[in-house]
Amino acid sequence: MQARRATPIVRYAFSAIGRKVIMAVTGLALTLFLLLHMLGNLQLFVGSESINRYAHFLHSNLELLWPARIFLLLCLCLHIWSAVSLALENKRARPVGYEGNPVPPGTTLAARTMMYTGLAIAAFVIYHLLHFTVRAPAVNFAGQDFHALKEALPWGEERADVYRMVALGFHQPVAVLIYLAGVGLLCFHLSHGLSAMFQSLGVRDRNWRGRLDRYAVWFSWLLFLGYAAVPAAVISGWVK
Amino acid sequence: MIRRKKRGGRDAGTPLGLFRLMKVRLKVWRQEGPNKPGRFETYETPELNPNMSFLEMLDAVNEELIRQGKEPIAFAHDCREGICGTCGITINGQPHGPGKGSATCQIYMRKFRDGETITLEPFRAKAFPVIKDLIVDRSALDRIILRGGFISVRAGSAPDANTIPIPKRTADLAMEAAQCIGCGACAAACPNASAMLFVGAKASHLGLLPQGQPERFSRAAAMAEQMEEEGFGACRAYGACEEACPKEIKLEVISRLNRDFTLALLKGEL
Ligand code: SF4
Ligand code: FES
Repeated sequence: MQARRATPIVRYAFSAIGRKVIMAVTGLALTLFLLLHMLGNLQLFVGSESINRYAHFLHSNLELLWPARIFLLLCLCLHIWSAVSLALENKRARPVGYEGNPVPPGTTLAARTMMYTGLAIAAFVIYHLLHFTVRAPAVNFAGQDFHALKEALPWGEERADVYRMVALGFHQPVAVLIYLAGVGLLCFHLSHGLSAMFQSLGVRDRNWRGRLDRYAVWFSWLLFLGYAAVPAAVISGWVK
Repeated sequence: MIRRKKRGGRDAGTPLGLFRLMKVRLKVWRQEGPNKPGRFETYETPELNPNMSFLEMLDAVNEELIRQGKEPIAFAHDCREGICGTCGITINGQPHGPGKGSATCQIYMRKFRDGETITLEPFRAKAFPVIKDLIVDRSALDRIILRGGFISVRAGSAPDANTIPIPKRTADLAMEAAQCIGCGACAAACPNASAMLFVGAKASHLGLLPQGQPERFSRAAAMAEQMEEEGFGACRAYGACEEACPKEIKLEVISRLNRDFTLALLKGEL
């Protein structure tokens, strides 16, 4: 007796190509978030009023904040699920390698290390959330409670002083190192992923391939510099 | 990146006869049969003319082995001119060996250094079980072809030539993809043992032309599904396949296959 075939959408979602498409789409969504997050961060250079108001705006709109957070979490989970499940299958597809494990010609280091950089990024994301979102004193290396950093507003209310939190947070060299390593690996991951996603989506033809490869590297550098600018501003004394 | 090697003997341009003979040492994967344990064995070749092809070198080694009453090295070959896709040895870790756009049978000994140790392994992929020594079973590729390597034609009297106009660019792209000889080097080179370059080439070859339109999306879906069933891995856009392909099939055929696979879902042909 033949087993009943799953519906097309289910077969698609679990097929190798389908999972690559899921990986690409969720990767794209997460990258857009990274861009917005970076632009938000850069308000630090405008001054404490700007970034504190922005942070307060995000945190006081719970009906926007939580759907966005849940959406991002969902993207992250789907991205990791597709990557890990495919990686396990890929390993099974090639049980025996070649003598001396030669580096396959034509491949890049970023492509070969996607799984490792991906897992490292996942660890970094957890740390980063504990550091600045949950604000767990145990991971900020400053021994301070970031929850206590408040700014009094003229009309009597208080809001979180994100500006001072960032300044204090990046006064700790260990925190800066972890941050730069995390962001660095993230951008290295993107230098392959941002071009490969278009292959999965089926638009990376010969005319676009070279361009997409280049743009992916440029965009990764842009993100890296944008993110690294924050601790750099703290260390150089621009942000106090 | 292809490791450049100093060529053995004189260069290819030297008039025949004016070359230095060379010798190499072979480290060959020997395996008596499927599911038997394999091991590497080392052989010294006899004196070689550097203008010998790689397979001629193996013939010479095998003659020697037969003379000594030993089992010759089993390897697959047929046309020996790069058109049939039968040959396929992983030479120094690279399927089809050094040199872009050439099959194993198109590799010459002058590509190697005198005295060099050359490692010979079968194509490695779970979907390519070893039959003996350097010969693997590639019928998984045939089963993929069976799922979609055809078009619908109206049987009957022969149609007039050029009744279906095909833009030059389309014809060129389809012809390029049609060059795939089904050797399986793409899957052998891929760290994930993915046969996407092969499947992409076949789907592009038929799916680009007007004659291949009726089955375009169902073909992409069926062939990709069969590829997975055969135990090939998924594409991570490494580009190792492109480097190994004797016909220099471009990575874009994979992109096209991905697109048609998704379109198959949207058009209800999955
Ligand atoms: S795509 Fe290239 S490497 Fe793959 S089977 Fe065809 S000819 Fe061989
Ligand atoms: S023997 Fe036919 S392609 Fe090499």
